[in-house]
Amino acid sequence: MTLSKQILQDTNLVCYHCGEISPSDSIRMDEKIFCCEGCKIVYEILNEKNLCTYYDLNETPGKAQKNTLLKNKYAYLDDEELTNKLLDFSDGKVSTVTFFIPQMHCSSCIWLLENLFKVDSNILQSRVNFIEKKLSVSFQSTKISLRKVVEILAYIGYEPQISFEDVEKKSKTFVNKKLYYKVGLAGFGFGNIMLLSFPEYLSIDISSESLRTTFSYVIFLLSLPLFFYCGSEYFVSAFKGLRKKFVNIDVPISIGIFTLFTKSVFEIFAHGNPGFMDSLAGLIFFLLLGKIFQNKTYDMLNFERNYKSFFPISVTVKKMGEENVIPLSQLTTGTRIVVRNGELIPADSILFSGEGNIDYSFVTGESAPVGKVIGEMIYAGGRQAGSSIELEVLKEVSQSYLTQLWNNFQTKRTSDFSYTGAANEFSKYFTFAVLVIAATAYLFWMNIDGNIAINAFITVLIVACPCALALSTPFTLGNTLRIFGKNEFYIKNIRVLEDMAKIDTIIWDKTGTLTQAGETEISFVDGLLLSEEATWVRSIVRNSNHPLSKKIYSALEGREILKVENFTEIIGQGITGEVAGQKVKIGGESFFNLKTSEVKGRKNVEIFSPPLSSEVYVSINEELKGKFKIQNKYRMEAASVIKEIRKKHDSYILSGDNETERKYLVNLFEDEAKVLLRQSPLDKLNFVKKLQSNKKKVLMFGDGLNDAGALAESNVGISVSEDILNFTPASDAILNAEMLKKIPTFLNFTADSLKIIYTSFGVSILYNLVGFYFAVQGLLSPLFSAVLMPLSSISVVIFTTVTTTFLAKRKGLL
Amino acid sequence: MSVIAVLILFSILVAGGFLIAFIWAVKSGQYDDKYTPSVRMLFDDKDQKNFKENNKKNNS
Repeated sequence: MTLSKQILQDTNLVCYHCGEISPSDSIRMDEKIFCCEGCKIVYEILNEKNLCTYYDLNETPGKAQKNTLLKNKYAYLDDEELTNKLLDFSDGKVSTVTFFIPQMHCSSCIWLLENLFKVDSNILQSRVNFIEKKLSVSFQSTKISLRKVVEILAYIGYEPQISFEDVEKKSKTFVNKKLYYKVGLAGFGFGNIMLLSFPEYLSIDISSESLRTTFSYVIFLLSLPLFFYCGSEYFVSAFKGLRKKFVNIDVPISIGIFTLFTKSVFEIFAHGNPGFMDSLAGLIFFLLLGKIFQNKTYDMLNFERNYKSFFPISVTVKKMGEENVIPLSQLTTGTRIVVRNGELIPADSILFSGEGNIDYSFVTGESAPVGKVIGEMIYAGGRQAGSSIELEVLKEVSQSYLTQLWNNFQTKRTSDFSYTGAANEFSKYFTFAVLVIAATAYLFWMNIDGNIAINAFITVLIVACPCALALSTPFTLGNTLRIFGKNEFYIKNIRVLEDMAKIDTIIWDKTGTLTQAGETEISFVDGLLLSEEATWVRSIVRNSNHPLSKKIYSALEGREILKVENFTEIIGQGITGEVAGQKVKIGGESFFNLKTSEVKGRKNVEIFSPPLSSEVYVSINEELKGKFKIQNKYRMEAASVIKEIRKKHDSYILSGDNETERKYLVNLFEDEAKVLLRQSPLDKLNFVKKLQSNKKKVLMFGDGLNDAGALAESNVGISVSEDILNFTPASDAILNAEMLKKIPTFLNFTADSLKIIYTSFGVSILYNLVGFYFAVQGLLSPLFSAVLMPLSSISVVIFTTVTTTFLAKRKGLL
Repeated sequence: MSVIAVLILFSILVAGGFLIAFIWAVKSGQYDDKYTPSVRMLFDDKDQKNFKENNKKNNS
């Protein structure tokens, strides 16, 4: 097997480290081929430290290391104040720190990261939390600096993501743990109470009366923590709801729990029999189980990102020729900063020197860089691509255009979890109906027998406890959440699913959502380029570092390279040169003094938005030959998905781009009014608001930060991302871009889930009716209730999970 | 009959022991990460010998 692997790797030139196809076999070591120097270096380090088990556990476990690490990138970690904020713990000798490492993806990663101590002996221990993609490292801080630890990680290909947010606050919720305690306790109580109630179930005549009372007292003691600790949250929630004049599902539950408890306490002390305590324990146990089930969380994803999680924690400041690293929070206006290749521009500033080439991909989702010349304003949020630039800060970080946008959007609706959802809607009527039935039963029996009347009243309240009702939602939607998660569609919580089922309008963002980030199509239009001429063009563009030049260069793959003379590049304009005695000129419209038709009017609307299709003109010997049109590629499935969705939902497209593609889009949406171009982030937000004021329920797909406001405002905002661990704006759900084609299925399935919930409501009502039949007659025995109540809970749980799983299989989601 | 009472109390004691064990497990973070330990237990300090043999095979 190893032999065939070898052959495969030889013939296909697959990188031993990362598995990418290597462009050549020139980078070799130990008869292994690497795609780049970076991968080779990682291999070298691991080989030297005897850590090659890494490669034995999985084939090609690494990630491509094409971006070489900058020497000073982590210089800011030398700042003591900052490092102290990052550390979890430090006693002067040993420090512990936790990193977020999104690159982790397989068992090899875990293995290597937990063997860090073999790479450097000053690292004492490292532990991976794979689900959260976190690594906690303890190291001897006297011998090794935090910076060095981070650099070691970066060298072996696991560069941690350290952001502004990490420094600002560290909080971890313990809510989940509390739920586990409660379930544990409830399970304990449930089991033991059942055990002690067995004599009652089997109607064994316990001869010794004292034994019977002892049992009852023990049951009473066991039920106390159940009632006061495990069940307390239902009372709190019901009380909160009632105070806001809203009858949520916790109201009937609380009534049920409360009557069960008081009635049983009365039974225990008055008659020495255990009453309904077993039903009570079962009820609380199942309800809490449901809570655990619905709380499926995706710890590695962050749905609440704000600009702080995107921003670096430090900047390089240039003062009197000297470069210093300061924390971002200390950045003031007027400061001169240096931004290197791949670094983020933290504040609105003016380009002071260097060639700006700004990639706004996580603002707009469009990765083609925007060129900037000296003196031009650069907005925060872009990433410099190319050589380093110097900028003068115009506005403070918190005052920049992008951060301002964010702060305006902070008004995200904070609808309380306990007031939405089908079960809560339903509970209004349910509670009312139960009270009416109980009262009627009481009035009916009052004239006949007072005792029976009270008994009937209480037992109606007990059977009515809507445990099954309350369980159907968490189990159905919790399961749906899991199924979607398997399809790389991650939803924040089950409330989002209920909202999704009610959607009638869908808004698409174009760039980055419908188009594929980074993928372009190049065509030559308005003329013809002869084969010979193409060779000349390729030879010339080879000398330019401009991203468009690079794209043209790779599009003309396979042609030989000729010698270029008199090459000049005018930044932001174009290039000229002589090849084979021919004068070739390549560049944008302005370079050729062509009529500028579209250039004007690109103000705020498109500050982040590069023209969708870039046009590059070519002339040879002063004769215009035509132009290269470099267009964004639509995702393959985009057209069919939109067609499918349009059948059921009103669809709109909102884009910051210019008019170039209007025709295509109108064709796709079949309605001129549904294609809205040149939309600023604020326009998008207002459009959503306008739809909502017309009672529309809006779902929006977006990707960049420019959609963040609209996403937050929509009833459901879904961010579409190629890399779900990075760069997603705050949203209700995150969808892997690859899964775009499944959107219609997701929507249908959500609707089906709601139908399942309603069906199970029906089932639980049926159980209730049976219970009522006995209860109104005052006939409900503890045994009957102990059977009926868990039975209804369990059957609803089974019904919902089985049907959702079955449906998911039929729809190809599982 | 009183032997039953003793047994019952004893059984609750045992169950209580398990409850405490469970609470301890949650508290010590065993429920924080439910995936990684399942992978971790599969690596043992992989015998360097084995590994070298593998390497030889690869090289030949």
